[in-house]
Amino acid sequence: MAQSDVMSSYWRGFRDGLPFVVVITPFATLFGVLATESGLSVFETVAFSVAVIAGSAQFAALQLMNENAPLVVVIASALIVNLRMAMYSAALVPYLGPLPLWKRAIAAYFIVDVTYAASAIDYEKHPNETTEQKLAYFLGVMTPVCPLWYIFAAIGALLGASIPSENGLDFALPIAFIAMVAPTLKTKAHQGAAATSCMLALALVWVPFNLGLIFAALGGMIVGAEIERRGLV
Amino acid sequence: MIDKTDLWIVIIALAIGSFGLRFLFLGLVGDRVMPDWVMRHLRYTAVAVLSALVTPLVVWPAATGGHTDPVRLVAALSAVVVGYVTKSVYGALAIGAAVMVIAAYWPS
Repeated sequence: MAQSDVMSSYWRGFRDGLPFVVVITPFATLFGVLATESGLSVFETVAFSVAVIAGSAQFAALQLMNENAPLVVVIASALIVNLRMAMYSAALVPYLGPLPLWKRAIAAYFIVDVTYAASAIDYEKHPNETTEQKLAYFLGVMTPVCPLWYIFAAIGALLGASIPSENGLDFALPIAFIAMVAPTLKTKAHQGAAATSCMLALALVWVPFNLGLIFAALGGMIVGAEIERRGLV
Repeated sequence: MIDKTDLWIVIIALAIGSFGLRFLFLGLVGDRVMPDWVMRHLRYTAVAVLSALVTPLVVWPAATGGHTDPVRLVAALSAVVVGYVTKSVYGALAIGAAVMVIAAYWPS
């Protein structure tokens, strides 16, 4: 296998990761600002981001700690928000499974919404790439995204409360998720899965500990898989 | 104010737990072949989880105290339509951001 093939996969991933810089930076900054307002130091804020490296789980944990929720509830809720990482981990097995354990461990650490979503789409488009090329693509997507997650958390913590967080910045994340999903709604199975998930998420919003999200997602997956199995795609 | 001991317990627990979830299948299952029905369901994980994650944030945004906000609804729906029609992540991001920015500076 030519090294240039691996590098071209890496740079294709890098380019695909770049658009998310505009989303990651304000969101990471916002976490830094909110963490500082909750009394975390710059070091604690960055340690949080490096250790957990998951936006919605970090925000959920911070929110619940501010509400003085029991530690068990804080940890359980954040991990439930992160349950989808286990699904991403499973979904990446057919592509990255043949790698040696230490490479799988490194890839596992960097599994986030953006790296997973971009890779899953790219692996379907380029089924003939080698496993090393697939890892290179994955790490390419990670490169402009994950380091900025740490750096801008630090910048947000340093800027502290001087940044106004009332400018619709909260909506950068939903828009980013929609931008990732909408172009993939190419089959009836994908559309059915998305529609089911959306409706169940709204119907199950009362379910405690964010479990509604998990049930809604499972419902969407079942509907998508069933539409595919019946060949209605 | 958050207690420092509590904070570090949460950080360490979430670090171990989050890595555990990410490593669970990729690390422990390895290159064993997954059954067809598992793969069929996993194909829809991203679209299902992200849709479920995003819908309540769109319909009941925390920033407006959970009240449905027409601006955020329009921003989200335009992003869906543009993303679906153009198949462009950039296009969807741009239209969503544009709606939010225009609404922020709209003379009311």
